[in-house]
Amino acid sequence: MDFEVTGFQVELAEGIRRLCAGRFPLESIRAVESTDRVVDRAGWRELGEAGVFHLCLAEEAGGVGLGLAEAALVFEELGRALIPGPLVPSHLAAGLIDGADDGSVVVGLVERPVPGAVGTGVLPVIVEHLADLDVLLVLSADGIERFDPAALDATPLPRPLDPLTPVWSVTGLPAGEPVAGPEIAARWRRDGAVLTAACQVGMAQWACDLAVEYAKGRVQFGRPIGGFQAVKHLCADMAVRSEVARIAVQAAAVTVDQPDVGDADLAAAGAKLLADEAAVTNGRSCIQVHGGMGFTWEVPAHLAYKRARVLATRFGTADALAEELADSLAGA
Amino acid sequence: MDLRYSDAEQAFRSSLRAWLATVLPDLPKKPSPEDWPGRRAYDTHWQRVLFDAGYAGVDWPVEGGGRGASPVEELIFKEELERAHAPYVGVNFVGLLHAGPTVIAEGTAGQRARFLPPILRGDEVWCQGFSEPNAGSDLASMRTRAVRDGDDYVVTGQKIWTSHAEVADYCELLVRTGSEDSRHRGISWLILPMDTPGVDIRPLHTIAGSTEFAELFLDEVRVPVANRVGEENDGWRVTMVTLSFERGTAFVGDLLEAIELLGASVELARRTGAWADPGTRRQAGHLKAELDALWALTKRNVSQAARTGIPGVGGTYFKLAYSEARHKLGEFSLGLLERAGLAAHDLEGIDGSGLLPAGTMVEDWLRGISLTIAAGTSQIQRNIVGERILGLPKEPQATAAGAKG
Repeated sequence: MDFEVTGFQVELAEGIRRLCAGRFPLESIRAVESTDRVVDRAGWRELGEAGVFHLCLAEEAGGVGLGLAEAALVFEELGRALIPGPLVPSHLAAGLIDGADDGSVVVGLVERPVPGAVGTGVLPVIVEHLADLDVLLVLSADGIERFDPAALDATPLPRPLDPLTPVWSVTGLPAGEPVAGPEIAARWRRDGAVLTAACQVGMAQWACDLAVEYAKGRVQFGRPIGGFQAVKHLCADMAVRSEVARIAVQAAAVTVDQPDVGDADLAAAGAKLLADEAAVTNGRSCIQVHGGMGFTWEVPAHLAYKRARVLATRFGTADALAEELADSLAGA
Repeated sequence: MDLRYSDAEQAFRSSLRAWLATVLPDLPKKPSPEDWPGRRAYDTHWQRVLFDAGYAGVDWPVEGGGRGASPVEELIFKEELERAHAPYVGVNFVGLLHAGPTVIAEGTAGQRARFLPPILRGDEVWCQGFSEPNAGSDLASMRTRAVRDGDDYVVTGQKIWTSHAEVADYCELLVRTGSEDSRHRGISWLILPMDTPGVDIRPLHTIAGSTEFAELFLDEVRVPVANRVGEENDGWRVTMVTLSFERGTAFVGDLLEAIELLGASVELARRTGAWADPGTRRQAGHLKAELDALWALTKRNVSQAARTGIPGVGGTYFKLAYSEARHKLGEFSLGLLERAGLAAHDLEGIDGSGLLPAGTMVEDWLRGISLTIAAGTSQIQRNIVGERILGLPKEPQATAAGAKG
């Protein structure tokens, strides 16, 4: 047993971090805020070339053949860079939808409301990034259906919560073309939870780093505010939260790759639960550490907070994940 | 990142498990928590059983008489003992985890030969005299004074939070040998025989109602200079060396116990009907996520120790997150007991379904309150994370004048 990140894994993550810093600096990402198309198609293909989408695809299928553990490290970096767009769905779709693997086709995903569940039949289906999508997939327990995004009866919503996640409302979701069955759907739900959680960890860390940097430079009462325990402890809690969530995500990813070591579905649920919480709470704390400036649009603190809330609605909400974990405790 | 155990690690686990199955049924009955002589006898007997089977000092280096196990084997060792409900390290805690490792690293050949074997065999029990009433989080401000007089130090002062003092044979004692304001540069590490004249022990009653700790009053206690470990005034470094022995496994038993307590709480919730409430279920599910993550963090910390030989920052993260998770777990189980939790006593359910574990749960909740305090309060831990890991500006340091004041 050696649960330390290997040298190769560190290099992989650092390579992606450099790519993100060079190709997706925050200024250029923010240039498309509040528009209905936020995916940079050339950048998306570069991510494809770097292996982001076909990392886990078998080599004989044209992929890299790595595990979810490596993918989780990569997606933590993508989350840290706040890159907008359906990164996780496009990764999941590699091998199923032509062109997803190399980034030439952008694939979105939405979950079909469960009949009888709270909200079903009242709340409309909300689809992210519709104008950027080449293919929309709909995930349910029965399988995966394919839709032509252009053919969908969808209304763009003004003032999306995350200015880099444009959203559309869909009132009726007809049956689409079935492209995968229940087994693949279950795997996507699990792997999607792990990779989304990895993005959340990246954002939780980004928020922590931004807050710490500000707390070191901002002087009040003649001292950097990070020297005051009230602020220092907020930052320390952010660091603990992102590290615990990171470990949970990495353990879940390794459990998917090494099924003998535990229950991968439960590990994924726990990781998503903690990572959502870390990203949302750290986003909120980051705003707080920035004081009044944190409430301005200009300071990017709000971006991680808002994106974290978007991702927290995908691949299992807090209540559903906690219930899933609870069922396992009760032997249900 | 590999969570699979190697063949050698699995072999270590299975032979340990098989051995535990043969010895545990023959152990004497556990003494009551307040029967200190009984507890000493029970814990040291268990240590002797471990010794006879070659499991004493499993994490100690071979040259110190230990087994020299890898950090991963140490993790397996603690995991298997906890899962089998083997006795806790108990009164042997300070000897095995602090004093012994210090003597191994910093003691003379004579000190090693004299003091290590009795710790491993369970013949001698140690306690710790570090904290003082006025030196808690700020340990370097300690004032217990040692004055050289011939071949002895004459020690006068007061120590606090000394676990198992009533039954200890020796105390690892930090004393001030430097000037009053020398802080961490003027401290020495002594071996104090507890039967020396001038040592007075007064038990402290904790909020859990136990006498886990004691105060130690030292009035002109003569300690041979030969009992000093390390150089005079170098005791702070000597102590820090010991702390680096920790390989990420300090809380393995506690964490597994918490996971078990969560299971018992869920069972209780199902008996009382509280499980029908989504709020109860979600709290339990959330706690499971936290405890599972902490188990994974333990494996990460152990893996880092195995690679680098030194504990990483993960131990601080672990302590902060674990102590809070444990508080939440305590509140959760107490909430399930409702008014049956108003006494720390197992009582019969009136439906005849058996005992309600109020004794364990209330006791555990009370003891859990110490977790955000003991071995560095959560506030000090957050300072450490903020300053040493995140690089935020330091707290104001005590000055020479401040230390005097």
